Amino acid sequence: MSRIRVLVGTRKGAFVLTADGKRQSWDVSGPHFGGWEIYHLKGSPADPNRLYASQSSSWFGQVIQRSSDGGKTWEAVGNKFAYEGAVGNHLWYDGTQRPFEFARVWHLEPALNDPDTVYAGIQDAAMFRTTDGGQSWRELPGLRNHPSAAQWQPGAGGMCLHTILLDPSHPGRIYIAISAAGVFRTDDGGETWRPMNRGLVSEQIPNPTAEVGHCVHRIAMHPSRPGVLFMQKHWDVMRSDDAAESWKDVGGNLPTDFGFPIDVHAHEPNTVYVVPIKSDSEHYLPDGKLRVYRSRTGGHEWEALTKGLPQSHCYVNVLRDAMAVDALEPCGVYFGTTGGQVYASADAGDSWAPIVRDLPSVVSVEVQTLP
Amino acid sequence: MIRVVLPAHLRTLARVEGELKLEVEGPVTQRSILDAVEARYPMLRGTIRDQATRQRRAFVRFFACEEDLSQDSPDDPLPEAVATGVEPFLIVGAMAGG
Repeated sequence: MSRIRVLVGTRKGAFVLTADGKRQSWDVSGPHFGGWEIYHLKGSPADPNRLYASQSSSWFGQVIQRSSDGGKTWEAVGNKFAYEGAVGNHLWYDGTQRPFEFARVWHLEPALNDPDTVYAGIQDAAMFRTTDGGQSWRELPGLRNHPSAAQWQPGAGGMCLHTILLDPSHPGRIYIAISAAGVFRTDDGGETWRPMNRGLVSEQIPNPTAEVGHCVHRIAMHPSRPGVLFMQKHWDVMRSDDAAESWKDVGGNLPTDFGFPIDVHAHEPNTVYVVPIKSDSEHYLPDGKLRVYRSRTGGHEWEALTKGLPQSHCYVNVLRDAMAVDALEPCGVYFGTTGGQVYASADAGDSWAPIVRDLPSVVSVEVQTLP
Repeated sequence: MIRVVLPAHLRTLARVEGELKLEVEGPVTQRSILDAVEARYPMLRGTIRDQATRQRRAFVRFFACEEDLSQDSPDDPLPEAVATGVEPFLIVGAMAGG
């Protein structure tokens, strides 16, 4: 029977949650790296026991951890993230220019076919890659050297490269997203990049339809249909049907189209999940209700999923990297909250139950479906 | 023999308990101690000082003999008591909540 491993990054450590294919009884391991911020953990598709974790703190900086046994043991690997060449400037909150400065690794994306190759999205926004299992990291400087970089600016969490999507059917094609710059795509493995933000409208920047400057919170794709992308922007839920060349608003009947995570059902490329948040100035759930919204039509028409989720006095948030799906049938959906709960649904979102309720604030959730 | 006390998180990262005891080549300074620490425990590179600039991280402080030496030059000689192992060199996480 298949097994499920849920990798949870929190403000104070990492947790590994495991269950058999029934997804009813869970074993909880952790905290790993207790007291450190774990922005992200992710397993290699090529070797599920190879895991990578981004461990950081304001005191002691960035550490990268690697496990080769599914998270039982870990070793610190390379943590030197040096920008290549001239560093350059970006916009600061007050509208002045400020040099790029490394702060932390937000996202680790192992390559599809090589457990030693991993892409890292960092703050201040840039893309790095290791090909030796994390021992050394080199920037793919074509992104940060894009002429638009001086107009990139930080969102509330910092100027982070937070999403990396590897296109399984077009080798060399990678989508990334930066808050607040937008979506970029490379078709040559990271040498050159193009902003892909046509159709986005952001009232928070002087030109709402500018080429860059959009606070894209998260993008998602289904591997069987990589030319179709879904986006949760600062405000607006968007969809692209042409590999991010253009975007259309598919927020439809959502109660609010502000939010952070967005994900796609493992077997239904047109089924999408979001968690609406009240507003950009409040960052908690509307009406005190924890509601995941599901569209089975690729957007526009959304239904609230509430069974098993608190429907009163709930004011948590769900951050951008804190939702994931498994590959079982029916599809499992998982998300973590800033209140420390990790919820799971073993029926594609129809009903939910907490795996754990009282972890530190959850930053990221990833799921592995193991044989 | 130089004695070095790491903060708890760095002891965990380096997988050590208690004080470090290190041989230091040449004059005993902040730089020579940190070079020795990082050579013995490479996983600590970047956690005490920046890997490129070698500057002390902002939330890390250096104490010894009941003095704060954080603002001293990294090449200043450390007190004789540290150099002779009578007193430890303390690497401390700044008191900053969280």
